[in-house]
Amino acid sequence: MTLRQLLLLTAGVGLLAAAALTPLIGSGYAMSMAINLLMFTALATAWALFSGPTGYISLATVAFFGIGAYTVAVVGEALPWGLVLALAAGLGFLVALVVGLSTLRLRGVYFVIFTFGLAELIRQLVTWYEANHAGSVGRFVFLDISQAQIVWQLTAVTAVVFLLGALLQRSRLGLTLRMIGDDETVALHCGANTTAAKLLAFSLSAALMALVGAIVAPRWTYLDPTIAFNPVVSFQVLIMALLGGAGRLYGPLLGVIPLVLLFEYLSAHFPNHFSILLGVTFLAIVYLVPNGVAGLAERYLGRPRPSQPAAAAPAQPKEGTS
Amino acid sequence: MPILDALLNGLTLGGMYALVAVGLTLQYGVARIMNLAYGECLIAAAFAAYWLFSGLGLSPLLGLGLVVPLAFALHWLLYRLLLVPLVRRAKSRAALEVDSILATFGLLFIVEGIVLVLFGGNYYNYAYLAGVLDIGGTPLAYNRLLALGFALVLGLGLYLLLTRTRGGTALRAVAVDPVAAQLVAIDVRAAAALAFALGGALVAASGVLVSMFLTFNAAMGVVFTMKALIVVIMGGVGNLAGCLVAGLLLGFAESFVATYLDPGLTIAVNFALFLFILIVRPNGLFGRASA
Amino acid sequence: MKLRRCSKILAVTAALAIAGLGAAHAQQPSSIRIGYAVSKTGPYAGGATTTTLPNYQLWVKEINDAGGIKVGDRRLPIEVVEYDDRSSSEEAVRAIERLINQDKVDFVLAPWGTALNLAVGPVLDRAGYPHLAVTSVSDMITQLSKRWKNAFFFGDTSANYARGVVSVLDQLRKDGKIGDTVAMVSVADQFGIELSKAAQAALDKAGFKLVYNQNYPIGTQDLQSLVNEMRRRNPDVVLAFSYPPDTIAFTDQAKALGLNPKVFYTAVGTAFPLYKQRFGDNIEGVMGTGGINPNSPAIKDYMERHQKALGKEPDRWLSPVTYASLQVLQQAIERAGTLDRQAVAKEIRSGTFDTIVGQISLQDQVYSGGWMVGQWQNGEFQAIAPLNRDGARPALVPKPAWK
Repeated sequence: MTLRQLLLLTAGVGLLAAAALTPLIGSGYAMSMAINLLMFTALATAWALFSGPTGYISLATVAFFGIGAYTVAVVGEALPWGLVLALAAGLGFLVALVVGLSTLRLRGVYFVIFTFGLAELIRQLVTWYEANHAGSVGRFVFLDISQAQIVWQLTAVTAVVFLLGALLQRSRLGLTLRMIGDDETVALHCGANTTAAKLLAFSLSAALMALVGAIVAPRWTYLDPTIAFNPVVSFQVLIMALLGGAGRLYGPLLGVIPLVLLFEYLSAHFPNHFSILLGVTFLAIVYLVPNGVAGLAERYLGRPRPSQPAAAAPAQPKEGTS
Repeated sequence: MPILDALLNGLTLGGMYALVAVGLTLQYGVARIMNLAYGECLIAAAFAAYWLFSGLGLSPLLGLGLVVPLAFALHWLLYRLLLVPLVRRAKSRAALEVDSILATFGLLFIVEGIVLVLFGGNYYNYAYLAGVLDIGGTPLAYNRLLALGFALVLGLGLYLLLTRTRGGTALRAVAVDPVAAQLVAIDVRAAAALAFALGGALVAASGVLVSMFLTFNAAMGVVFTMKALIVVIMGGVGNLAGCLVAGLLLGFAESFVATYLDPGLTIAVNFALFLFILIVRPNGLFGRASA
Repeated sequence: MKLRRCSKILAVTAALAIAGLGAAHAQQPSSIRIGYAVSKTGPYAGGATTTTLPNYQLWVKEINDAGGIKVGDRRLPIEVVEYDDRSSSEEAVRAIERLINQDKVDFVLAPWGTALNLAVGPVLDRAGYPHLAVTSVSDMITQLSKRWKNAFFFGDTSANYARGVVSVLDQLRKDGKIGDTVAMVSVADQFGIELSKAAQAALDKAGFKLVYNQNYPIGTQDLQSLVNEMRRRNPDVVLAFSYPPDTIAFTDQAKALGLNPKVFYTAVGTAFPLYKQRFGDNIEGVMGTGGINPNSPAIKDYMERHQKALGKEPDRWLSPVTYASLQVLQQAIERAGTLDRQAVAKEIRSGTFDTIVGQISLQDQVYSGGWMVGQWQNGEFQAIAPLNRDGARPALVPKPAWK
C-alpha cells in the first residue's frame, strides 16, 4: 500500500467515523444532515461505479432507490430487518439485470432517456397495482428504527460502496468497464466480455441504491409512488456525481458535500428565493469548475492524473459520427 | 362512436405532444444543447400569455405575436452569452452534453425561481377558444384543434425548411457533423445559435398554445421537459417527421388505452411503448444508426 | 491531502456548529417563536399556497397587529421562522428538525398535505410538539392519533367524505330527483383511491348502480376519453375524486363535450377561488368536497379579512378550518398561560374552543365537525352535507346544463 493510498484510506475512515459519531454528539438536525450527506454520497458513488468508467449516464437511480423503499413498505413489518434489506438489494439487482439485458443496444442519450422512462414506467405500474389491487396507493411504514440507526446503517452502506469501488478499480472487471468507456468496439475486439461486465456493474450499483432506499424509507412514515420514485432524486444524484467528477472513486463525494451544504444553506436562509439563488450558484460552479471538483482539487494539489479517462462523459460516439 | 372519439382525442393529444417537442428537436438535434430548462421556458411562456390575457386583455393569439419573437431573442442571447463558452471549451460532443446538462439544470432553477417570485406556486389557467366543433358526434375543443394545427404546420413547415432550403441544409449539416460543416464554409456557431433560438421560439409558441387549455403552475416545467425528451428520443434525435409521428403515436396510445383498456394505465403504456420502440430501434423511429 | 483533511474538519465542525448553534434562546421570552415549513415550490405548492400559507400569514398578522398572544400577564408577539419543504418528504423532515433543534421555535405549524403531515409526524411527536394537521385526509387518522398523542387531525377520514357524498345522493334519490346510475373516476393517489373505494362500498350498500368506475394517473390533464365514456353511459350522477389541475380539466372537458348529469361532483379544487374564476356562471350547481356556511357571521367576517389582508379569497374547504386550528392553538396557549408545549397540548386535548367554524373540541384528537360536501349556489360554496347539521342547505338538483 502506497502512502497516498494509506492517506486516502485514513481520510475516508475519518469521514465515516465523523458521520457515525453524529448521533452521539449531535442534535436531531445534525443527524438529519448526516443522513442527507451519507444518502447522497452512497447513491452518487454507487451511481459512478457503473456510469463513471463506462460513461453510460443513467437516470434510473430512483427506480432502484424506490424499489428498495417499497420493499420496506410492503414487507418491512413482516420480516426481520436484515432479511428486508437483503430482499431490497436482491430485488434491485434482479430488476437491473433484466433492464440491463434489454438496454444493451442503447448508447448515449438514448440510454439516458431510456433509463428515465424506465423509472417512470415502474412508478406507473406500482401506482396502478396499488390502486387496483392493494386498495390504497399510500403505504405506512411504522418501524422501530431510530434516526441514529439510520445513520449507522447508511455509514455501513457507504463504506461498502467505497470498498466495492476500490476493489472494482483493481479488478479485471474494472479494466473492462474503463475500456468500454474509452471505446466499446475496441473493448469488444480485445475479447472483453463487455455485456457481462456492463450487466454486472449496473446490477451491483442498482443493488446498492436499493439498499439505500430501504434504509431511508422508515424516516418518512408514509410512502407513495410519487415520493418513492421522485425523478428529482435521479437528477440530483447525476448532477452531484458529474459535478464532483464521476471518473474517480472519491469524485462524487466532492460533489455531494458542497451541493448538499449549498442546498441546505440556501433553503435555510433564502426560503423565498431558493430557486433563483441555487440556479445562479449552480451556473457559477459549472463555469468556474470545468472539470468537476475532483479535477479542481487535483489541479491545485498537483496530483498526477490517474490513468483512467475523465469519464464524466456519456458513451456517445465521437464527434460527428452519430 | 367510441372509435371516433378515441381517434380524435388521440389526434389532438398527439398533436400537443408533438408541438411541445418540436422545439427540443432543434435545440438538441441541431444545436446539441440538452436543454433541461426546456419545460420551464414553456411554463414561462404560458405565464406570459396568462398575464397578457388577464392583465392586459390581449388575446393569446396576439400574445403569440409578442411572446414568440421575444423568446427567440432571449434564447439567441442565452446561446451567445451562456452556452457559447461551453461549446468553445468542450472537447467532444460528449463533454458538451455533460456541460449543457449541468448548465441548463442551473438555468431551470433560475427560470422557475423568477416565475415563482412573480406568480407564486399557485395554479393558473384561463379559458380561450374553449368552444367546440362537432365532428360526427364527437365534440372537439377549438383550442386543442389549434394546437394540433400548429403542430402539423410547424412540423411540416420546418421539415420543408430543413430539407428544401439552403439554410436548412446548412442546419442539417451542422446536426450531422459540425466539424465537416465548417469545412464547407458553414458558420457553425451562427447556425447553432439560430437553431437554439428557433427552438426557443417554438417552445414559447407551444407554451402559449397549451396555456389555453391546461392548468399550470410554476413547478410543472419538468413534466413538459420529460415529455418532450421522450418524444424527441422516440422519433430520433433531430428528425422533425419522427417528432410528429412519435407525438401522434403516444397520443393515440394514450386515448385508445383510456377508451378500451384502463385509463389508469395511460402513462404506463406510453412509457412501455417508448421503451419498446427503443429496444427495437435503438436510435428512435427515424434515427440514423450510429457508426 | 489537504482537501481531504479540510473537508473532514469541515464536516466535523459543521456538525458541531450545527449542534451548538442557537442554544442561547431561553430565559424570559419576549416573543413566541413559531416555525413552519410548507411547500412553496414543487407539486404541492398549488395546494399549500391556496389553503395553508395564506392562513398562517393572516393569523400571524392579526395577532401581531393586536399586540400578540396573551401568555400569563404579558402579550407576546409572534416571530416567524419559515421554510420551503419543496414538496419533498425528506426536506420536510429536515426543515422540521431545523426548526426544532436550530431555531428552537416554541411551536411548529403543520405542513400541507397528507404525505408531509405523516412524514413530519414522528419528528414532532418525538420532540413533544403539538401537531395540528389540517390538510391531511386519510383513513389512518384514528390509528395515527393513538400513536401520536400530541397530534390533532382537523381533516376527516376519506371514508367520511365518501359517505357524505353518498348520503347526499341517497337523499336526492328518496326525493325522486335523481335515478340510481353513477359514473365515477378517481385520481390514482392515496386520497383518490381511498375515497373511491369507500364511495363504491357506500354506493353498493345504498343500491346505486355504478355504470363506470375508473382511475387515472396523477398529473393527467387529458380526461377527454373518460368524459366521453361517461357521456356515452348517460349517468345521473358523475363523481370525480380529483386534484386541482384535473378538477379544472375534468370540468372544462365535461363542459366542452357536453357531459350534463344531474349531479356533478369534483373533489379537491372545486372549493378554490380559481374554480369560480375559471368557470364563472357555470359553477352553479357543481358539488365538491368541503363547503362553508356563508350565512355565519364569523365566516363572512373571516372571508372579508382574508380578502383584505391577502388580496385574494380563501378556498371554501380547509381554509377556514386551517384558520380555526390556529385559533385553537392560540386559545390553548392563552389558557395554559405558558409556552410549555406539554401544557398547551394538554389544553388542546381537553378544552373546547371558539373558532370561526364554531365550537371545536378535540377529545379524540380528531375534529369531525367539518363539512363533507358543498355546492356552488348563487356564487357561494354552500355546505350541503352532513345533511342535518345547522347551516347546511338542501342540494339544488338537477345542476343547470353547462352554458
